[in-house]
Amino acid sequence: MAEPLLVVENLQTHFRTPDGINRAVDGVSFHVNAGETVAIVGESGCGKSVTSMSILRLIPEPPGKIAGSIRFQGRDLLKLSEPEMRSIRGNEISMIFQEPMTSLNPVLTIGRQIGETLRLHQGLSAKQAEDKAVEMLTLVGIPEPRRRVREYPHQLSGGMRQRVMIAIALACNPKLLIADEPTTALDVTIQAQILALMRDLKRTVGAAIVLITHDLGVVAEVAERVVVMYAGKKVEEAPVVELFNTPRHPYTQGLLGSMPKLGSSLTGTETRLAEIPGLVPSLKQKIPGCVFASRCPHATDLCVKVAPALEEKAPGHVAACHYALKEGAIAA
Amino acid sequence: MSTPLLDVQDLKKHFPIKGGFFGGTTGHVYAVDGVSFHINKGETLSLVGESGCGKSTVGKAVLQLFGITAGQVVLDGKRIDDMPAGSLRPMRRRMQVVFQDPFSSLNPRMRVRDILAEPIRNFGLARNGAELTEKVGKLMDTVRLPRDAVNRWPHEFSGGQRQRIGIARALAAEPDLIICDEAVSALDVSVKAQIVNLLQELQEQLGLALLFISHDLAIVEHMTHRVAVMYLGKIVEVAPKRSLFAAPKHPYTEALLSAVPVPMPGKARERIILKGDVPSPINPPTGCRFHTRCPYVFDRCRVEEPPLSAVPTALEAGHTAACHLHDLPAEKNPLAVAKGQALLDI
Repeated sequence: MAEPLLVVENLQTHFRTPDGINRAVDGVSFHVNAGETVAIVGESGCGKSVTSMSILRLIPEPPGKIAGSIRFQGRDLLKLSEPEMRSIRGNEISMIFQEPMTSLNPVLTIGRQIGETLRLHQGLSAKQAEDKAVEMLTLVGIPEPRRRVREYPHQLSGGMRQRVMIAIALACNPKLLIADEPTTALDVTIQAQILALMRDLKRTVGAAIVLITHDLGVVAEVAERVVVMYAGKKVEEAPVVELFNTPRHPYTQGLLGSMPKLGSSLTGTETRLAEIPGLVPSLKQKIPGCVFASRCPHATDLCVKVAPALEEKAPGHVAACHYALKEGAIAA
Repeated sequence: MSTPLLDVQDLKKHFPIKGGFFGGTTGHVYAVDGVSFHINKGETLSLVGESGCGKSTVGKAVLQLFGITAGQVVLDGKRIDDMPAGSLRPMRRRMQVVFQDPFSSLNPRMRVRDILAEPIRNFGLARNGAELTEKVGKLMDTVRLPRDAVNRWPHEFSGGQRQRIGIARALAAEPDLIICDEAVSALDVSVKAQIVNLLQELQEQLGLALLFISHDLAIVEHMTHRVAVMYLGKIVEVAPKRSLFAAPKHPYTEALLSAVPVPMPGKARERIILKGDVPSPINPPTGCRFHTRCPYVFDRCRVEEPPLSAVPTALEAGHTAACHLHDLPAEKNPLAVAKGQALLDI
């Protein structure tokens, strides 16, 4: 089998802070095949955004320090020079950020901002870039694209701005699109529009997507494979249906159990929500054992002392837990 | 029937837009435009809707944080919106609020002890220092924080712990009604569950009424007794929980339910994806405010505003909706049947 599009191996992104080293990402490995959608889920501070920023080398060094390897189409991105990296950003790998309100430049027209990547990477003229910008706006479903390319971000609503962000990201036909919480700032009806758009575009454009999110509902809607992160580590990875049906790691089980299910009043499943007690541990101390041990209902001495390795518990399903529960039932 | 704890009648709040050469009023934001609802003692009413629909403005208007444009707010039989400040003060004790952002709603220069003691002192609820200390300690027990944490500052706590402090502060005044304005929206999933469980337990123990303002339908369904759905400054549907989720009677509610992503992969639900954005509340559409995005729109919707009225095909009593479809014969009304199960795919 050919090598996957993106292979991240033992990624470690550490930040030097006045009171010690913050191990934001600590030994994360995963891969993304061409045309595949992989979701990285976890709560705030688990390192999912830092992982995505590290792939594009958007982490300021120092205070940050990225180690490990990130192979994109066989090239290690961490070994490239800054000009080489610049020719990849926005061209072969592009990114959609969470805040559609702040990630567009308020003093440039929409057309200029979409055209910028095209002129830079593909050497189009201003006129060609504008035509292509109109084409991209049509693709992402913005009405009256001819008029809209001349408008400024403040003239658009939040949902429209996120569509423009997607248009910018897709302008150069990237092979990989990193979407960092692309719908978190949007209302549900607008979120549904954007998710539908992303699914359609994936079919037509064929780019692989790394989706960073904390919303398991969104994961279930668009992802094919899921990586669950906790405290800078990957704790579980599985195909999406498998992960939701038979979560193996106690953290994943806890996450799924703590979410109220829509429709609970109809199915009579209104039970008390499962809580994950306690707090995410500080990333500034090295944790010798399992990172989840302090909050895990099944933790034993072994968990506190020895960090569990990622083991394959079922085909394509890995989890880092000494007791990786065999039964798939969500712990009540 | 006994009088409801809170009764809001035809509440309106219009914010003037200042502008122009002489700084005159050039228009109004019709943030809340004729909203009526009630909350009984010990009951949870949820107010749901998307950003800009006016749900937070309703909360602030109930709390009398600003004057209202029209309508009335009645708390336990007493009209409070036209009360002079002096007599309003004791009424304020009975309604407290928990805000969305636990990072900006606590004063960073006050210790937790002082944050919790302030409402107790303000309303004279403790006779002496010892009683005050005891009350503060009890509040910490109630929200499951260690008593010795009262000497710490807000920045020493995590988001979930701060939200517990926010809840303790609201409880300090011994209120009958707590308004939770997106109180769990900013929290992570696992912490959210802790706070939701805490709120439910407190409601049971203390018989509190909650006005739960949220955009998260799954949390709302878990928490609430009744739901009011808002769109562009109006309530479009009010119903007991089960009746609303099993058989929504307004096209907007139906679209909202179908738009929520559910954590069940591989299921193809019936999807209603609304076109376009919410219109501006400065210049709301004529007729039904939802007609610009409604999949079932017909001529009457564009000219005549539908009143909020009881729906004959509803699952449970007390289910009202503002939609002309319910005047049509059942075979022409797409909302006559219960669609909740198909929408949620259960």
